[in-house]
Amino acid sequence: MRKILLLLAAVFSLNAQTFLIRNATILTVTKGTIENGSVLVENGKIAAVGKNISAPTGAPVIDGTGQFLMPGIIDCHSHTAIEGGVNEGSVSDSSMVNIKDVLNPTDINIYRALAGGLTVSNVLHGSANAIGGQTIVVKLRWGKNAQQMIFEGAKPGIKFALGENPKRQGYPPQGFGLTGPTVERRYPGTRMGVEDVIRESFNEAKIYQAQWEEYKTKTARGEKVIAPRKDLRLEPLVEVLNGQRFVHAHCYRADEILMLLRIADDMGFKIRTLQHVLEGYKVAKEIAAHGAGASTFTDWWSYKIEAYDATPYNAALMAKKGVLVSLNSDSDELQRHLNLEAAKVMRYGGMSQDEALAMVTINPAKQLGIDNSVGSIEVGKSADLVLFDQHPLSGYSKPLKVWIDGNQYFDRMKDLEARADFEKKKKALLDKEATPARSPRGGAATEGPSQ
Amino acid sequence: MKKLFGLVFCAVGLFAAENNSVLIRNVTVHPVTGPVVENGSVLVVDGKIEEVGHKTSARSGVRVVDGKGLHLYPGMINAATNVGLSEISAIRDSVDLDEIGEFNPQLRAEIAFNPSSEHIPVVRAAGITSVITLPSDGSRGGRAGGGSIITGQGALMHLDGWTWEEMAVRPMAVMEMLFPEMRAGGGRNPFAAAAGAGRSLQEEERQYHAELSHISDFLEDVRRYKKAKDAKAPGFERDLKLEAMLGVIDGTEPLFVRAERERMIKDAIAFSDKEKVKIIIADPHEIGGMGPELKKHNIPVVLGKVLALPEHDDDAYDDPYTLPDKFYKAGVKFCFGTFDVEFARNVPFEAAQAAAFGLPKDEALKAVTINSAEILGVGSQIGSIEKGKMGDFILTDGDPLEARTNIKQMFIAGKEVSLESRHTREYEKWLKRP
Repeated sequence: MRKILLLLAAVFSLNAQTFLIRNATILTVTKGTIENGSVLVENGKIAAVGKNISAPTGAPVIDGTGQFLMPGIIDCHSHTAIEGGVNEGSVSDSSMVNIKDVLNPTDINIYRALAGGLTVSNVLHGSANAIGGQTIVVKLRWGKNAQQMIFEGAKPGIKFALGENPKRQGYPPQGFGLTGPTVERRYPGTRMGVEDVIRESFNEAKIYQAQWEEYKTKTARGEKVIAPRKDLRLEPLVEVLNGQRFVHAHCYRADEILMLLRIADDMGFKIRTLQHVLEGYKVAKEIAAHGAGASTFTDWWSYKIEAYDATPYNAALMAKKGVLVSLNSDSDELQRHLNLEAAKVMRYGGMSQDEALAMVTINPAKQLGIDNSVGSIEVGKSADLVLFDQHPLSGYSKPLKVWIDGNQYFDRMKDLEARADFEKKKKALLDKEATPARSPRGGAATEGPSQ
Repeated sequence: MKKLFGLVFCAVGLFAAENNSVLIRNVTVHPVTGPVVENGSVLVVDGKIEEVGHKTSARSGVRVVDGKGLHLYPGMINAATNVGLSEISAIRDSVDLDEIGEFNPQLRAEIAFNPSSEHIPVVRAAGITSVITLPSDGSRGGRAGGGSIITGQGALMHLDGWTWEEMAVRPMAVMEMLFPEMRAGGGRNPFAAAAGAGRSLQEEERQYHAELSHISDFLEDVRRYKKAKDAKAPGFERDLKLEAMLGVIDGTEPLFVRAERERMIKDAIAFSDKEKVKIIIADPHEIGGMGPELKKHNIPVVLGKVLALPEHDDDAYDDPYTLPDKFYKAGVKFCFGTFDVEFARNVPFEAAQAAAFGLPKDEALKAVTINSAEILGVGSQIGSIEKGKMGDFILTDGDPLEARTNIKQMFIAGKEVSLESRHTREYEKWLKRP
């Protein structure tokens, strides 16, 4: 009896992440498009992709007739779910702070993004300093806790920033103390200073790294030596030098992009992604040669002087020159429709449908080093899937269902069905609030104890 | 001889500049106000549409364009932008928005419209031939949070021309008004939230009522001024501020009232009733119970961004997406604007998003063409492909509300205009880098 129960439990838990989607147009992104295709999900993984796949006994079947299935959308630049400020801007190198420590899994923008087909976000520190905080890749497992949101096995990163933002505190546009609270001036205030901050920090990191290596060599030889003092600012930079942590660098102008690539070359590390990289099209050759990915906006421009040479052709132009390009949001709003952002690169630069879709799926996956498990519809990958009512590159489309690891996290029908009940609950609360409160103890007894 | 050559060149140049007659043949015509004409043609003579139909014969001297495989749509209209008045938003010296002062009806957006702004060709490239440009970005007297109420005259501008004078289709299309707002309530408007920070609800309420009474007083001044003017009263002196408001109190020129929240819309309707002025509600973020009221008063609406976040944490995720359909279902006439410069070119995509969430597709198209024209008082001039209207149209390889569609050619008042921009130039230039 116990055995049967266990077996039943096993089957049940298997079924939760086992289902068949059939008769949909499958946009695999990496392996073409399958009309009237099916995708079988088993235990949260994609088990089969093609035509005429039959469902295992008892597995639910979702009819996708007239609908489009694509891989979950990936955003290589997000600040969603960061509790409080995104910038520890008091110092020019804040590599000791970590976004992982301030993830808020109840941020409603997670759910809203999910409803737009987003399943993975690279959650970054802000751009107030040349070297910013440590970053983390999350899966938008709405309803789970912060720990459970973290993308298992995804390499952590660190944010760098170049140009106007990191130099602002050295040279605020409003001047010092002219309006609002007096701003305390701090280095750097120029692009030259930004370069120097990064170079100085890596110089220190290399010295620090050498001290530890020396210590390790000596202790290995059996010598009794005192360990170097642990430095929480330099540790992540040593990880960068060792290739254990990705650098995601906010940048705009061609000169500063090239500058950063040269620091990295000199110091012996790699820039994993250039973020925004609005003038990347001017130095695409150098970016491709370094092997950095480019994660850009499609059509943001002219909001500041360093964005005046931005063009929506940037993504296509960089791609044509051999750069791995993704389209990012940097916004709670824009992350809700990255598929529509992708459609724009078809107009601006003539990208194909697959190339456009790749820029919000497999390309960001490659940039984040998670393309072995997400970013396309392929056997063996996690079942991070989005079912759209129309082709996702159409402005008239919308997601109907979203799965992560085969678990359904968004269902438009259920969302619509739940609204009446939600409104009822909300009204009850508002009514309760509107009713004059009667304290059981009478008088103003609701105040807390005085000290 | 040299002189003669010069003259000939001049004449050619002149001819080219005035070449505003064209016949487009063999094209699918989408007039918006009537049924689609397959294999149709459109004849424009001297800037005006003369014929729309199946068999339009060529005229001598009129250029013929073969539109095989293409679609012809009216040029789109963005009903709310700051194009021409703001170049780089972070650089104040390049921005001419939000003048100092509570009442500035005498300010004219058209005269500060920079015809050389790089934004103009960029917006044009998306199939947009006209925009309303407004004197304010809605930040109420600048980011410091002044108390601007009437910010000036918004102009309807063609996106082609050598000077602002040539580009203005309707110089005083709307009088922009920032309806007073209780700022202590959070919401989507960051300026409002910032301005309200640190003030109590009572203070906000006091301020709100004070501003409302300022408006009433101001309108009363305008009425007295008109009376004195009409009566040719002795000692009457011309006042530019009050003079600029005469069209508004006559009900011939609409107040373009920015009102985001239900309460503001409600108060704005009551205000228009009381003061007997014509209003357009601009950039509402919710409809609440105001649908029937707006319909009853025949008040049109200029909707802002559809691709936006919900107002409150507990709103449905698709609230901004479904908002246009709510106005449609309530029978309220509306069109779309973006209320910015950087994203003014994306107004077709805002309309498409509304259609993804309920709004009929043809209504989405109307809301960036004919409805916009009618709401802005130029319904007889632009917004559809009809005889007698200006020759503002685009040739496309598909639906112009889709980003995947390419805008192939554009005509403004019958003249073909370039779809090149700073963006295409940079692309062409850097594509060639070895």
